[in-house]
Amino acid sequence: MLTLVVRRFPGGMSGHLARFGPPVILAIILLAAPLFLSDFRINLLGKILAFAILALSLDLIWGYAGMLSLGHGVFFGLGGYAFAMFLKLEAAKGELPDFMFWSGLQELPIFWAPFQHAWFAIPMVVILPGLLAGALGFLVFRSRITGVYFALISQALALMVSILFIGQQPYTGGTNGLTNLTSVFGHSLYSVDTQKALYYITIGFLVGSYVLCLGIVSSPFGRLLVAIRDDENRVRFSGYDPAIFKTAVYAVSAALAGIGGALFAPQVGIVSPTMMGIVPSIEVAVWVAVGGRGTLIGAIIGAIVVNYAKSLLSESFPDFWTYFLGALFIGAVLIFPRGIIGLLRREGWQWPQWMSVARRRMAAVGSATSRVWGGIK
Amino acid sequence: MTDPAAWAVQVFNGLSMGSIFLLVALGLALSFGLMNIINLAHGEFIMIGAYTTFSIQQLAIVLTGTPAADYSYFISIPVAFLVAGAVGFVIERLLIRHLYGRSLDTLLATWGVGLFLQQLARTIFGAPNVQVVSPSWLIATLDITTNLVLPVKRIFIIALVMLCLGGLFWYMFRSNWGRRTRAVMQNRPMASSLGVATNQVDSLTFALGSGLAGVAGCALALLGPIGPSMGTFYIVDAFIVVILGGLGQIRGTILAALLIGMFNSIFEFSTTAVVGKVLVFALVILFLQWKPRGLMQLRGR
Repeated sequence: MLTLVVRRFPGGMSGHLARFGPPVILAIILLAAPLFLSDFRINLLGKILAFAILALSLDLIWGYAGMLSLGHGVFFGLGGYAFAMFLKLEAAKGELPDFMFWSGLQELPIFWAPFQHAWFAIPMVVILPGLLAGALGFLVFRSRITGVYFALISQALALMVSILFIGQQPYTGGTNGLTNLTSVFGHSLYSVDTQKALYYITIGFLVGSYVLCLGIVSSPFGRLLVAIRDDENRVRFSGYDPAIFKTAVYAVSAALAGIGGALFAPQVGIVSPTMMGIVPSIEVAVWVAVGGRGTLIGAIIGAIVVNYAKSLLSESFPDFWTYFLGALFIGAVLIFPRGIIGLLRREGWQWPQWMSVARRRMAAVGSATSRVWGGIK
Repeated sequence: MTDPAAWAVQVFNGLSMGSIFLLVALGLALSFGLMNIINLAHGEFIMIGAYTTFSIQQLAIVLTGTPAADYSYFISIPVAFLVAGAVGFVIERLLIRHLYGRSLDTLLATWGVGLFLQQLARTIFGAPNVQVVSPSWLIATLDITTNLVLPVKRIFIIALVMLCLGGLFWYMFRSNWGRRTRAVMQNRPMASSLGVATNQVDSLTFALGSGLAGVAGCALALLGPIGPSMGTFYIVDAFIVVILGGLGQIRGTILAALLIGMFNSIFEFSTTAVVGKVLVFALVILFLQWKPRGLMQLRGR
């Protein structure tokens, strides 16, 4: 059983370096990135940082509370839709949005109307995903559904919500989603300055989310989450109700994912149901695993590394990328379960048994050969 | 809406869809009951079975000049079982046994295997969907009344699933390996200390489950196009079946598969396909409030 302990860092200078080194270095690199990357790459990096918030939100519940959600794309998507509805109405300039007109709607549906106000749409970015996660989490955790059951139910959620959004063409834009988002608060989304501003805003939210998650996991609540992850029954016997804490952290995590989605939408200029489906949702888990789960900063690093590699590799070798991603899923759990952060902290690699047997045999052959060679010499 | 014949057709369609879910879900339920793992690449065994059917027809075209669907399809059923089973066996040996006790990690690793297999199919057979020629006598309908018309294909699929089910029950409750499998399911350390080779039981059961999914792929080849990612269409329904049935239970899985198949097709008929699916999902979540461990629960310690 792979256990992830709460690390105690050594005191003194080296301890501070191990704890604050990676986040500070990363923040400096990201802030300075516009100096040496092209506008295109900065826009790409901005999208990836929105993904990093999503990865962070998954690490909070998977790494610390032991709940692997395979449907976190849903909450990312809901946040994205909430903000994009506002942007879409802004782009429509008081008229009916184009896709509603094409699907034969005469007037704006009632639930769309409040989204023309920023004061309504922006809180909805966190409220909608938080409510959905709270409701589902309450039902699921109350009946003590854990582990694989929960993972599969969250995956089914991803399928259901994505087909629901695809099916309701007049209200959600169907398969295409909400397209042609042109401006945000009057600033054109096509201008380089707006995109650069969005990039810095995304960094701001990423840092804020990171600090929030750090605060949660180092609080007594966070300790309790780790205890639930490691032995839920013992927590229950100690007089706590795990269901309440799990529901709470699931809702917080979903709200964070929603913020990620809302930052993603204006940088891409479109939201579509594809980002809520099963495939993108489970990819989030591999970002977290590659970076190192249960470390928070690892989730951010993993999201950046995997997505940057994806955009580099899939531009030139699309077929190869899928093989590589498959290998990454297998490798991330089998060979380096502690991810990049684990490697940085020199916690080492973990070889599966057959590999270590093979390596021992290779080593035996090697030493036998060298003995023979030594004899010959 | 009120026409009883139309409802009967829906119930029948639900039965035939449910029986395919059942074939897929049985493998998942068995390997969860035994090893506590869920294989997310299970849908790819459906795809392997379907492409095996396709390949055998292509081979028949090369050898005889015609698809010879009447014969080649029936050859492809056992071959699909063996091919999918063999791939499952290899995956269990190379990967899954090293993740024993790490259920959540197994989900991710097997998803990686699934991506790999899908891309492999895309490389070998190309991204566009392919089609299998059905045996001639299956392309008919059984007219019970003028309104109640049942396609023979679907009747054949139900019969095929019944046959597989019979085979599985014989294996589980009449054969030595089946007795060992049930023993390991009930109490692994005790079975092991009484001399049951638990790792062989694991591999065999996993291969058996994969093979059944391969047969499901054969059945689905009759109904629609074959593509590299066809498995993902059916796999989530199979997961819902397994959750509803109670993980690790054959009887619960059978009941759940039939229920889900029926509800899907009845809801689809009275609303739309999408709303039907969402309703079924909501019902399952609500049902789990009442019985969190599914329809039936394995008694063990």
